[in-house]
Amino acid sequence: MSESSEVNSTEATGSPATLDEVVVIALAEAFRGDGEILCNPIGTVPMCAGRLARATFEPDMVYTDGIAALSAELLPVGVPGAEAIPETYMPYRSLFDIVWSGRRHVVMGASQMDMYGNQNFAAIGDDYSKPKAQLLGMRGAPGNLINNKTSYWIPNHSTRVFVPKVDVVSGPGYDRIREVGEAGRFHDIRRVVTPLAAMDFETDDNRMRLRSIHPGVTVDQVIENTGFDLVIPDDVPESRQPTAEELDILRNQIDPNSTRKAEFA
Amino acid sequence: MPNKLMSEDDVIAQLSDGMTIGIGGWGSRRKPMSLVRALLRSDLKDLTIVSYGGPDVGLLAKSGKVRKLAYGFVSLDSIPLEPHFRQARQAGGLEVLELDEGAFQLGLLAAAHRVPFYPCRAGLGSDMMTNNPDIRTVKSPYDDGEELVAIPAMNLDVSLIHMNRADAAGNGQFLGPDLYFDDLFAMAAEKTFMSCEKVIPTEDFLKEGSVHTIKIPRIFVNGVVEAPRGAHFTECPPDYGRDEAFQKEYAATAKDPEAWDAFQARYLAAPSHEAYLAEIDAR
Repeated sequence: MSESSEVNSTEATGSPATLDEVVVIALAEAFRGDGEILCNPIGTVPMCAGRLARATFEPDMVYTDGIAALSAELLPVGVPGAEAIPETYMPYRSLFDIVWSGRRHVVMGASQMDMYGNQNFAAIGDDYSKPKAQLLGMRGAPGNLINNKTSYWIPNHSTRVFVPKVDVVSGPGYDRIREVGEAGRFHDIRRVVTPLAAMDFETDDNRMRLRSIHPGVTVDQVIENTGFDLVIPDDVPESRQPTAEELDILRNQIDPNSTRKAEFA
Repeated sequence: MPNKLMSEDDVIAQLSDGMTIGIGGWGSRRKPMSLVRALLRSDLKDLTIVSYGGPDVGLLAKSGKVRKLAYGFVSLDSIPLEPHFRQARQAGGLEVLELDEGAFQLGLLAAAHRVPFYPCRAGLGSDMMTNNPDIRTVKSPYDDGEELVAIPAMNLDVSLIHMNRADAAGNGQFLGPDLYFDDLFAMAAEKTFMSCEKVIPTEDFLKEGSVHTIKIPRIFVNGVVEAPRGAHFTECPPDYGRDEAFQKEYAATAKDPEAWDAFQARYLAAPSHEAYLAEIDAR
């Protein structure tokens, strides 16, 4: 299960993997085993991760061109005008149908998240009629969580984001899903990745668990920046390094303009 | 075939206070902005607005004409959070129905099909339910007995949509990549008014696009407004993209009351769509 056991062959590429590249790998690992479903990461770093997974160990996944089609070939991110070869027409209506069907793994963000994975990107503040900060609204979070595999990329690992209680539950976590019984059977939060670490919910009571820490990060650092008690295994592995092939594909084909680095200010 | 051509002001004359108005498009994409501006110029008030929200929702929320908003999200796409909508929400006093964006479609579909609700799982376990206590669940009448969310029909008095092409009888054609849910908005409403980039003879539709693009049937359309660049500053491909510079200017006015007053006076108060276009061209 340790992801640190992969061979580190970055020497072959000349320059070692940077943090953003380790993060992309940690998020790409969330898709491992998904097979022929819609890989639907939202945001630059998640798109890099999804496309890398498809270009390497999950070749049967399909993904969108970001407009209204599924793209047959490896489409670069952050390259305006890159022409997609469509393999299926996919307007929003068809996308919603796929959400209901369940054959989808989505990656979203979160402004707040608690220990059971309850996600908030709707609004900040206790008063729903007058929020302190109105954010996106529910968007697709309620439907995504109850129907699809879901992972998260959270670029700010802090006690402001990882909180004991979220102000609004847009995407329900494991405690909320237990309350809805059978109807919650498709709920599956795979991974939460931050610039410090990767987390999952593979515990007896589905509390968030530290899965691996990125190179140079300590367990204490993760604990200090998390506003609830994470489950910490006795032995926390280091997040795995990209292989030489993965680095080459990420740097030269998927994100040649390094747009992913903007999320690591 | 009937001739349904009319002006923006003719459309507004058919609306009244307290109506529930659906607006087509998606975020900052193919919004019927010339009709939205006509709405802003009117005396109408106490409206309920139903929309996959973009600047239509931001402008109407700021105008004080809105009692209630129903949306899945409100975004300007290239500017993820709509600043005028945010301000209106944060000031309080606006009633909202905030739904999952897929569930929102089912509300339109239920209204279009004249059934009281459509079931789905979206919302279970989420605050979509606790924040909207009027939304109920329903138990499957079959052996599974599953408890599902009953998304209520979003019955609309009027819908406003914008198409690339239309004929005078009210058939509409989209030429961009996505229709979004404009056909459902039309079917969910008692009356629909459709603006378009260009009115063309019916026999010319196939010169513009394949038969699959003629998606709005005239039986759901009560009025057709020819409004070239009628979706400005939102995008309306392939006719034009989003006017990002203008959108930035619009968004920036949220932080600057003087800039808002100037923006309002120059663009929103322009007495007609033609006068608005003249201001845009003079920029």
